Amino acid sequence: MRLVYALFTGLIFGIGIAVSGMMNPAKVLNFFDVAGTWDPSLAFVMGGAVIVTFIGYRLVWRRSAPLFGRRFQLPGSTEVDSKLIGGSALFGIGWGIAGFCPGAALPALGTGRWEVALFLVAVVGGFFLRRLLTPTKRADAAT
Amino acid sequence: METDFTPLTSFGGGLAIGLGAVLLMLGLGRILGATGIMSGLVFAENKDEALWRGAMIVGMILAPGLIFAVTGTMPAVDVPISPTMIVIGGLIVGLGASLGSGCTSGHGVCGLSRLSVRSIVAVPTFMATAAVTVYLIRHVFGG
Repeated sequence: MRLVYALFTGLIFGIGIAVSGMMNPAKVLNFFDVAGTWDPSLAFVMGGAVIVTFIGYRLVWRRSAPLFGRRFQLPGSTEVDSKLIGGSALFGIGWGIAGFCPGAALPALGTGRWEVALFLVAVVGGFFLRRLLTPTKRADAAT
Repeated sequence: METDFTPLTSFGGGLAIGLGAVLLMLGLGRILGATGIMSGLVFAENKDEALWRGAMIVGMILAPGLIFAVTGTMPAVDVPISPTMIVIGGLIVGLGASLGSGCTSGHGVCGLSRLSVRSIVAVPTFMATAAVTVYLIRHVFGG
């Protein structure tokens, strides 16, 4: 039941990504191209997603535990360090080069485009690269 | 290439993305971050950790097919990027997002909604470097 539920949440998320235009690199890159063929649509994606999540999270957190688990698992760190800033800066550079981010590419894989698979394989390569660079620590992508 | 400004479908898609994030918190008590879900699957320490992430990814991948079945149109994925740049971008995305502990979904949607200090730093950082990267590629180096 827990897995069917997880699949269903993935499906809802994927439908949102597809309908919103996030899975289309041409649209994503145009969002950032203010000096050229600017398309501000993706600001509306972020706006809609944050409104629902901001309110929805607070309603959910009134419960003492999730439906299929003992507790809510939230990243507790509040430390702003060079890894966070440098990693985020790098992520933005890669996003600006490829036009895909991981959350858009996963649903986009379902369109059957080979470029998406190539991107995702490279992303996994990037995860391993990070492990090579910081071998003592677990890849703790908390979010 | 130009893309159409789609405030309504983008906002509607954003609402569904947010709903997916809220449902995952309600059911499994987890943040919906694509980087964490991918790397948590690749480096899973036990079967349980891998299974719910795998189920979510299957749900995401099914989304475009479901949309095609209902509307008769596959969501657009226009890739104005060479395979070489997709690989370079993907590697940087994977490295950066795992170093920075998150991407557009984890920091952008979930982190901002939680008012996480780390996400409030991460999001403007990767938006800025993405915009600068697109500007340099398109307007300085003449992409």
